[in-house]
Amino acid sequence: MVDLIAKTPCADLLPIKVEAVTLSEVTPEAITSIMPYEGKWEVASEALKSAHGITLPGPGRSTGKGDIRAIWTGAGQAMVLGARLDAGLAPHAALSDQSDAWALMRLEGAGGEDVLARLTPIDLNPGVFKRGHVARSLLGHMNAVIARVGAEAFEIMVFRSMAGTAVHELEEAMKSVAARAALR
Amino acid sequence: MRIKCPLCGDRDSREYTYMGHETYLDRPGDEGWSADWDDYLHLRDNPAGVTRDLWYHGAGCTSWLLVERDTVTHDILRVELARDAKRGRG
Amino acid sequence: MRIEGYGRIDRDTPLNFSFDARNFQGFKGDTLASALLANGVRLMGRSFKYHRPRGVLTAGSEEPNALMEIGQGAARTPNVRATMQEVFAGLEAHSQNRMGPLRHDLLSVNDLLPNFLSAGFYYKTFMWPRAFWEQIYEPVIRRAAGLGSLSGQANPDRYETGFAHCDILVIGSGPTGLMAALTAAEGGADVILAEESAHFGGRLISEAEELDGQPGPDWVAEMLEALHETGRVRLMNRTTVTGAYDGGTYGALERVGLHLPMTPDLPQECFWRIHARQAVLAAGALERPIAFPMNDRPGIMMASAIRSYLHHHGVAAGRKVTLFATNDDAHRTALDLMAAGVEVAGVMDSRTDAQAQGDYPLFAGAQVISTRGRQALREITIRQGGSEQRIETDCLGVSGGWNPTLHLTCHMNGRPVWNEDIAAFVPTEGAVPGLTPAGACNGVYSTSRCLSAGVAAAGAALQAMGAKAPEMEIPEASDSPGKARALWLVEGKGRAWLDFANDVTSKDIKLAAQENFRSVEHMKRYTTQGMAPDQGKNSNIGALALLADATGRAIPETGTTTYRPPFAPVSLAAIGAGGQGKAFAPQRFTTSHEASVARGAPMIEAGLWYRPSYVPRPGEATWREACDREVTMVRTHVGVCDVSTLGKIDIQGPDAAAFLDFVYANMFSTLKVGRVRYGLMLREDGHVMDDGTTARLGETHYVMTTTTAAAGEVMKHLDFVQQCLRPDLNLRTISVTEQWAQFGVVGPRSRELLNTLLDSPIDNDSFPFMACGEVGVAGVAARLFRISFSGEQAYEIAVPARYGDALYRLLVAQAEALGGGAYGMEALNVLRIEKGFITHSEIHGRITAFDIGMDRMISARKMCIGKPAASRAGLQDPMRERLIGLKPVGAVKQLTAGAHLFEEGAAPVAANDLGYVTSVGFSPTMGHFIGLGFLSDGPSRIGDRMKMVDHLRGVETLVEICDPVFHDPEGEKLRG
Repeated sequence: MVDLIAKTPCADLLPIKVEAVTLSEVTPEAITSIMPYEGKWEVASEALKSAHGITLPGPGRSTGKGDIRAIWTGAGQAMVLGARLDAGLAPHAALSDQSDAWALMRLEGAGGEDVLARLTPIDLNPGVFKRGHVARSLLGHMNAVIARVGAEAFEIMVFRSMAGTAVHELEEAMKSVAARAALR
Repeated sequence: MRIKCPLCGDRDSREYTYMGHETYLDRPGDEGWSADWDDYLHLRDNPAGVTRDLWYHGAGCTSWLLVERDTVTHDILRVELARDAKRGRG
Repeated sequence: MRIEGYGRIDRDTPLNFSFDARNFQGFKGDTLASALLANGVRLMGRSFKYHRPRGVLTAGSEEPNALMEIGQGAARTPNVRATMQEVFAGLEAHSQNRMGPLRHDLLSVNDLLPNFLSAGFYYKTFMWPRAFWEQIYEPVIRRAAGLGSLSGQANPDRYETGFAHCDILVIGSGPTGLMAALTAAEGGADVILAEESAHFGGRLISEAEELDGQPGPDWVAEMLEALHETGRVRLMNRTTVTGAYDGGTYGALERVGLHLPMTPDLPQECFWRIHARQAVLAAGALERPIAFPMNDRPGIMMASAIRSYLHHHGVAAGRKVTLFATNDDAHRTALDLMAAGVEVAGVMDSRTDAQAQGDYPLFAGAQVISTRGRQALREITIRQGGSEQRIETDCLGVSGGWNPTLHLTCHMNGRPVWNEDIAAFVPTEGAVPGLTPAGACNGVYSTSRCLSAGVAAAGAALQAMGAKAPEMEIPEASDSPGKARALWLVEGKGRAWLDFANDVTSKDIKLAAQENFRSVEHMKRYTTQGMAPDQGKNSNIGALALLADATGRAIPETGTTTYRPPFAPVSLAAIGAGGQGKAFAPQRFTTSHEASVARGAPMIEAGLWYRPSYVPRPGEATWREACDREVTMVRTHVGVCDVSTLGKIDIQGPDAAAFLDFVYANMFSTLKVGRVRYGLMLREDGHVMDDGTTARLGETHYVMTTTTAAAGEVMKHLDFVQQCLRPDLNLRTISVTEQWAQFGVVGPRSRELLNTLLDSPIDNDSFPFMACGEVGVAGVAARLFRISFSGEQAYEIAVPARYGDALYRLLVAQAEALGGGAYGMEALNVLRIEKGFITHSEIHGRITAFDIGMDRMISARKMCIGKPAASRAGLQDPMRERLIGLKPVGAVKQLTAGAHLFEEGAAPVAANDLGYVTSVGFSPTMGHFIGLGFLSDGPSRIGDRMKMVDHLRGVETLVEICDPVFHDPEGEKLRG
């Protein structure tokens, strides 16, 4: 009987640390996209609530409880991270396993915002992009999901195949920012 | 340039791609080739002033948007989800 | 020379630098210009056209003369303004635009020929004899032309781009800008204060002014502290705001590392895109010269620049200084120099009613009519009333008044407005939405009124944002800008320069008018005035005043040219940062990438993806050997290939089938669950967009595949159809390209291979051709599709991407055990050409379903995208170029893609062009080259001989037109 060994997207790339900022891989148990059918958003949200204790997030937001989180990822779309979804959701929404499709990274430390400012055009000011906020935008030339998960912590999702590029871009930005900080 | 996506908020133009005039929403019903089809595919006004165009928020939420913009002043007057605009016109 | 007790430099930190290989010492806080002046160096460059000796004219960003090459080796940068380059330990600078040493530039022979080198001379010369142009004129001109030179080597330096957001952007940190920034911050706004120089404070650092009874620089330091206290102000010095764009977007160039020795990982420059809800322009004003004969010698500089060098850098620009001015403001230079113990030999004020403000010789109503001293000024000649007089001087300060720095207000096609009172252009209100000009850049010249203007502008910006303007205390400051009058030109013997950087003189402007280039836009291009690195900052107004005069118009009538971004020169490396090297484009790697690389497979790019070209075995010397072997291996045994890169789109919902019927030409609602079908997708104009296969995994569940490079485009199209055309359809789509690693298992032993790995074996009945379904591999839930791109028995197996690497290695090992192995893109391509299957080499955007013989795939039973347009007669004309195969039948055996097809006897010219070749490959199966292409009335010409001609590669081959399916035309192998 053969055994297929699993590899994570950033297996040979992370973690890395430059001065105060670290970049590490996050591997939730599962990632599932939920796209409720026409007129079924509320019903789907209620089903999600009763099965997993969280509701569907509105645009730009996330919801969560314990290990399970839902992040908004597009028009009429959210992704649930952390647990395999209950089958009861099926009639209300299109469900799609995305567990292997994404490289998920955590950028943490003082200056993390400055690092991201080199790569993404969204406004990261803490007064504007608050904890629990999520945005779909660009990271360099890549489509990405960016979330603030702490005062000085961000989560970044890019397509699995671009993990190498994402890590490279982030590392270069981390180095540039650290070199400036060293001047002060 | 910036466009305020109804879902994502105010974003830099690099997140969007332009398609063309709102005419694209009104696909002719004719089964075969017709003057309406010719108009739909090939004929457009080029106003110095307000125009309503379709844009795709490809690097964002992947919504199609209908953007009302003045080509002379560059003011953006209104942005709505194309889906809503389409449903409104039947 | 240095003056003790003056300057804001750090005299405790001396720094050694070199200029033209001579060593000098400066101090931290010096610019290259101030340090050279301090060391008595006056000659700093050679002018563009005439190669005249030049010294520094200004103390700032607008410098036209002192352009230098900085650095060594690959990182050598030309055209750096010496007034902006901060001195650091080990700085190497060289003068430029000379042949031989700076003191003895051989090209200064040009200065003997001004009558031949006047404006537009190149339109009237170098025409005869014709042969001389290529052999002599052009090479000589090319060597002499240009300003500064690049190293020619790859740039090893680091650059970055960044995005910043704020409520209020304040541009400029003089008195106006500092008050605006503090007002904005006190009003609760998030502020960015951008300052072009290294120091904050603007002109306050260069003047002997007092605010609230304390020296200007001390007041500036207090303000910076106050700004810091608010916690809402981001200070960005060394940052030039280069352009104003739509929607409150501003471009800005920050000099990050240019003032320091090379530091690892430190960027040289950062190009910022700043988004501000509101902005205040507090960019100040620039002093303008007067055009008088021989006004360009080293030692002739702006009167305010002399004050800058004195107060900011502690440098006296000369020992015996004279001034030539049209206004009261310039007299301050005399007063400040005398207070510092420097001799002032005379102030020439062109106004007959000028008043002396101190104890210096004043020549009221006087003009400078000539100067002497080629490598350095030593004497001027003045005319007062009817008499002339010579005055010995080594430094002449000139002031023709001030021009508001209003460029940014014109970046969105706005034009400035002429203000007769100050004889200057001022911004037009509202020219850039959200940008409020204030202070000197708005024509307000007294310090006191600038302070108020800053407060008012920030207040207006706050109100525009819906916030309240706070009450602010205005410091006490001088309120007397003094009087001024305009003087544009002093007539006399000798050339009078307008544009120092491009060597444009008053004669050139008059010549332009004389030759009917009367519009300011024409005058600019004809004379090149305003087209140099300073972009006319020192000459625009003077030149248009002369043009107005020469054409009998007033200045407002004559108008200005258009100011465009960037305000100051920006290196392409800075704009292109984030796009160099690896950052140019994302690299997409499959899960089998490592395994392929480990086997020495060279990679090719398909879109952003990297795919192995071929997988070489020991002993194979060329790619052809590997490719031929792989093709044969697949057809006789089994091959494994990574096909994960093809787009995969998950489609679910009650209306999924109806949706597919609408976007595909052929029927999909009739496809049974557990089956796959080839689909043809048209554009609305009736041409083919893409092809692929779509599998029905459930009643309301499909997975569509697309061509690798077209995946994004198809996804966008499907979104368009759902949202803009058919929001009535109830379905949802999402990309699953990355979720699944997918591999082709191809060849007569493919089923055998799979059955060694699958949890439950399959056979031809349980899994016939075009079947699909869920299977298990080592307990992992996988998907299996029986489709073929090679014409052999074939499958594609998909597992969640985390298992991709492991499954690929396993498949290849099993394949090798069965006499086969891994294969790459070259073999994949030959295999499909042998079967006449098309790719985007054939689907190139101008072909229809009819052209590829698939018009009957457009279902008659339903509407689809592209159907009405495809029915146009012109798209169904048999004489259109239609899909055929071709093979060589003469002595030449080579086929090339891109070659064109002609009748055997016809001349291979465009008029006889009948078609073209799209795909070629050597077929080991057929034993010769094969190709696919498009030929007018192609299918009717099967059996004909034609001429294939490739003009680019110089190949001509006699070919026979044949059916595009070369191998196994009955398709027997597929179904076994």
